[in-house]
Amino acid sequence: MSIDTARLRGDFPILGREVNGHPLVYLDNAATTQKPRAVIDALTHYYENQNANIHRGIHALSIEATEAYEGVRAKAAGHIGATNPQDIVFTRNTTESINLVARAWGDANLGEGDEIVLSLMEHHSNIVPWQLLAARTGAVLRYAGIDAEGRLDLDSLRGLIGERTKLVSITHMSNVLGTINPIAEIAEMARPAGALLLVDGAQSAPHLPVDVTALGCDVFAFSAHKMLGPTGVGVLWARPGLLAEMEPFLGGGEMISIVKPEGSTWAEGPHKFEAGTPNIADVIAFGAALDYLQDLGMESVREHEKRITAYAIDALEGSGGITVHGPHDVEVRGGAVSFEVEGVHPHDISTIVDAYGVAIRAGHHCAQLLMRHLSVPATNRASFYIYNEEREVDALVAALDEAKRVFGYVESRTAV
Amino acid sequence: MSRAEPQFDELYREVILDHYRRPRNAGSLEAPTHQAEGANPVCGDEIELDVAIDGNVICEMAFRGQGCSISQSSASMMTERVCGATVAEARRVMQLFEAQLVESAEPDPALGDLEALQGVAQFPVRVKCALLCWKVLHAALETNDNEATTPQGV
Repeated sequence: MSIDTARLRGDFPILGREVNGHPLVYLDNAATTQKPRAVIDALTHYYENQNANIHRGIHALSIEATEAYEGVRAKAAGHIGATNPQDIVFTRNTTESINLVARAWGDANLGEGDEIVLSLMEHHSNIVPWQLLAARTGAVLRYAGIDAEGRLDLDSLRGLIGERTKLVSITHMSNVLGTINPIAEIAEMARPAGALLLVDGAQSAPHLPVDVTALGCDVFAFSAHKMLGPTGVGVLWARPGLLAEMEPFLGGGEMISIVKPEGSTWAEGPHKFEAGTPNIADVIAFGAALDYLQDLGMESVREHEKRITAYAIDALEGSGGITVHGPHDVEVRGGAVSFEVEGVHPHDISTIVDAYGVAIRAGHHCAQLLMRHLSVPATNRASFYIYNEEREVDALVAALDEAKRVFGYVESRTAV
Repeated sequence: MSRAEPQFDELYREVILDHYRRPRNAGSLEAPTHQAEGANPVCGDEIELDVAIDGNVICEMAFRGQGCSISQSSASMMTERVCGATVAEARRVMQLFEAQLVESAEPDPALGDLEALQGVAQFPVRVKCALLCWKVLHAALETNDNEATTPQGV
């Protein structure tokens, strides 16, 4: 079933506003998405009707809030094809989910000379926690390369995975290139080596149908705010049994079983990793976001994005002086489209298109290793979601035409 | 959208684009007495600056860098304005320039071409682009002879 953007846009209050005298054209969805009324209402509803601390009160509000919160654990599991909601931990964001694994699993399982395999297209959130872990343990980082089209070089990756590999941590979809990585194939490489496979799903869970069982990964991390939900909620899924093997992350209330002066025992399941009062309201509102996406159907979301991404790549490259990075085949890429405008720096582009109400991202996108690989200091990135329409791509292209006009032709240069 | 938004003509004046396309004093000095480099980590703009000071006069400057038109043209214009000036005069121009961008002060005649960057004041997120080279110059002037320094992002 195809998505009816005209009807759906009415669900998003912010899409009605103007920016700099023009209708908002929001094309920064890889950074964060806008929120439908149902999510905003869920937040208000919780605070107006159910607000209470969870898992401890024996009163009606606490029981209702606990049920609502735990219900979202099941929805989050369902969204990624996980069988058991107790394998889902709520964190603050993808970054915290990855840091949790680096601490709670990494510190106990990595030692001097052990190897961590990453790729050059990783977001800083899937690089820096491992650099910190390497510094603590003496482990070594290895980086798989990418080919000229911006696809992960699987031969390079295969060559890096060996006896010393304890962990492979790879993004499911690049936040810069849009590249979708073949996780099931990578799992086939990691499994014989006995390495844990962590998948950074921050860009895939919002945009693709995901089934962690079919992917064959051990850990999958994603963020609510990139998929219609509120900020401040991340998800960590671990394959059945893995959470029980892991040490606690943060200590405090909620995560204990029995506390004695000489030591404590830990709560079961995900609660061991959810110390203190969690972000109850935002988790509950995230449930409304997951409902919204499930109602649309992730297959429909993916089809819509393939269509608008193909349209955008053609429109951008067809307008002259613009090069799109990453694969051009929408079967192997998502809707994060990075591009260069010949002779105009991305910050100048962003300033000019903003004046026309068009929100895109300019910068290194928290992927400095990739920027260095592409030999660019920064890129422009337009990224799409369920509510974006082809006319918004047209608005971007028209604003870019204006940027090209202001700058004329500027030979690309680096002062030497 | 053929109509130009007036604010761009103000921001991207011809003199700015000219310095961006043909940066003055680009390169390095054989015998700098002061050096510094700096970056805006969020943007990726980078400037490396060589300064040669004789007595209290800045006799030569050269810069290397990459980044947006504002950051690079600002560096080019800065070197043109400050070369030949005393260190005290350079510091005074630095203050006037910062006032123009941060406090939207009326451009002082002493700024010369640098007045062209006053339009940046209307784009607060871009002010740091125009100020980067000046932060680097400030850091260079703070160093002892031949000691390089790296200021943090501005």
